[in-house]
Amino acid sequence: MPQNEYIERWQKLHGKRLDHDERKRKRLAREGHKQSQNAQKFHGLRAKLYAKKRHAEKIQMRKTIKKHEQKNIKSDGPSEPSANPLPPYLLDRSLPNNAKALSTAIKQKRAEKAAKFSVPLPKVRGISEEEMFKVVKTGKKTAKKGWKRVITKPTFVGSDFTRRPVKYERFIRPMGLRYKKANVTHPELAVTVQLPLLSVKKNPQSPMYTQLGVLTKGTIIEVNVSELGMVTVSGKVVWGRWAQITNNPENDGCVNAVLLV
Amino acid sequence: MTTVLPPKSKRQKLAESKIAQAQQKIDLIPEHVPNVVVHLQAADTGTQLGGELHIPGNTTAQQLGLLVNKLLGTEDDRVPYTFSLLTSLTNVDSPIIDIANDLWTSVLKPGHKTTEDVLTLVYTPQAVFRVRAVSRCSAAIAGHGEAILATQFSPASSARMVTGSGDGTARIWDCDTETPMFTLKGHKSWVLAVGWSPDAKYIATGSMDNTVRLWDPKTGKALGDAMKGHTKWVTNIAWEPFHLQSDPATGHRFASSSKDQTIRVWNAALRRVEMTLSGHSASVTCVKWGGTGWIYSASQDKTIKIWDSKVGRMLHSLNAHAHWVNHLALSTDFVLRTAYHDHTGKPPVTDEERVANAKERYEKAATIGGELVERLVTASDDFTMYLWEPTKSTKPVARLLGHQKLVNHVTFSPDGRLIASASFDNHVKLWNARDGKFIFSLRGHVAPVYQCCFSADSRLLVSSSKDTTLKVWDVKTGKLHTDLPGHQDEVFAVDWSPDGKKVSSGGKDKAVRLWKY
Repeated sequence: MPQNEYIERWQKLHGKRLDHDERKRKRLAREGHKQSQNAQKFHGLRAKLYAKKRHAEKIQMRKTIKKHEQKNIKSDGPSEPSANPLPPYLLDRSLPNNAKALSTAIKQKRAEKAAKFSVPLPKVRGISEEEMFKVVKTGKKTAKKGWKRVITKPTFVGSDFTRRPVKYERFIRPMGLRYKKANVTHPELAVTVQLPLLSVKKNPQSPMYTQLGVLTKGTIIEVNVSELGMVTVSGKVVWGRWAQITNNPENDGCVNAVLLV
Repeated sequence: MTTVLPPKSKRQKLAESKIAQAQQKIDLIPEHVPNVVVHLQAADTGTQLGGELHIPGNTTAQQLGLLVNKLLGTEDDRVPYTFSLLTSLTNVDSPIIDIANDLWTSVLKPGHKTTEDVLTLVYTPQAVFRVRAVSRCSAAIAGHGEAILATQFSPASSARMVTGSGDGTARIWDCDTETPMFTLKGHKSWVLAVGWSPDAKYIATGSMDNTVRLWDPKTGKALGDAMKGHTKWVTNIAWEPFHLQSDPATGHRFASSSKDQTIRVWNAALRRVEMTLSGHSASVTCVKWGGTGWIYSASQDKTIKIWDSKVGRMLHSLNAHAHWVNHLALSTDFVLRTAYHDHTGKPPVTDEERVANAKERYEKAATIGGELVERLVTASDDFTMYLWEPTKSTKPVARLLGHQKLVNHVTFSPDGRLIASASFDNHVKLWNARDGKFIFSLRGHVAPVYQCCFSADSRLLVSSSKDTTLKVWDVKTGKLHTDLPGHQDEVFAVDWSPDGKKVSSGGKDKAVRLWKY
């Protein structure tokens, strides 16, 4: 028998004190007073530790109370399984929550003429050419020329791109800064999916950056949404859809975008 | 740089057209085909018609139709017939060959039979009326506040239609003026199932709030309060066939299937549960009331159970499926739904005549080869379907393989010759209802197909899909007849009126759409 269970042993042998329950009740009743006394009395490290313990206890208590409150809510009838009604044949199925176009909502939005030209990020910081390009000075001949540029920002390069001969290549888009995919958020469904980039539609900085496929904050890109299963009014699968970049890809190392619906 | 060829001279063109004509001629039927000996046999009764007939081997199906009409003495009001060849009289499993155009191309040229053999041709009457394919959306009627989950036309006419919606109401629509008539308020949750009684006196609705309610379609008033009994939501409603009712005036009964694993049979006049059929061990997905007094139910416990509607005893349990059974259809569904309302639009007046008429129509539809056969097809989550003949055996007649995702909906054509199945693999497939042979795959939808419905003459099929469209298919050729875009979201429910004039559909975009030709 372990040494530490001597109280239990004693109780088994001789029974509890006659006033055991009474004392226990009283101690429990004094608990609150004791705690407040301690909280006022303690100093230094002890006080710090005590406060931390009480803090954790209180959090736990609040959580428990909340749980009980939820349990006590009386409802008439079973709650509905979801907000959008489904026919009986779809009720027991776990449907993949694909980000499908809320076509009616889109229609309404299109009706508002202004919405057609509004994008989530209307204004962006201007980027100067000095920041965007770095003059290439390496090599014997390039150093003399001084017209070769390296783009210092992330870019999108189409899959069918082939580099021009070195002699004629004015802009170099570094391999390490090329992106093929973007994390696209559907604003209404609040779903984020990684989708392949199709093209750069407009870089607000300058048309030249659009042509070069530079990905900066506010750039409109076209993404392949065929995975989302969006369907046009006439029942065709939507393939490409526009999105606007919401982060600074050169800082973050990824492209985040929001779908324009 | 390619060189543009100079235009062809007249001589060259003539020569080419000559070659083309010669090539085309190969397909033509030869003019002189020896005579063949033909036995004509009725499909329903199996009786012989007119003994042995000597006819030319290049006779077309149309000419055969004329011949049958003449022999039956129905020349004045001709009935169109389709013909098929029995390859063997003794062997039941031998293939049956449909005669698409003429005897030569269908039978003699492929070598199924020679001109020496006696050909036994089975003739089946087709619908004497023709349903025109719907081609335009005549109305998109707003009214429901939530998605539409079920729709059904009145069996009496295409003027009335009822829809059940996620806003807890059902609505009756006047389809002639395309306006809402009545709003059936009462359910506390989604209306999942709607069903007209075969004599169009009642509408029963089943809901997510576990209750069933009855309504009077003439006044739009509720008949009594909610009928409680089920402990989970109601998935389907099936009315008792008209000719089986104990008393045609008051003896209306219907069955409702529920997620709570039971089927309840209700008396509409007394408004109480007559029987509770329990035996399934999972949600009952579909219930149908057959014309012989059997109730068929499909369940997620992988079985199909057959119940006696008189005493409520389970008669058979059909076990073959490997996963949930989603839907079942009877070969007589159409006549049971419409009872005594036929294409003429003049239903009989007295109750006796009505019962007699309904019974006659049922027997005509169910008779194959001289015996009453009610066939059953079940669609399942295991991507297959089974064809059953429960009166004969609890073993399936055929297994219908081909779908690549779960099969959601299955229907028999009104003449009982075809089966159409709608699946989540974006295809509708057509099957022969006699032996379960695959006929066509109807490709065109780009998302799961939810439901499909035949036209009353069995010549067209409409399917509704998640891709927001309805599509009308030509059953004979297996081609897309018309594409019906218009819905703005998924189409959950579709129904073709029994007289073939209108199609109604409803879905997630909350508008009921009516389609006409």
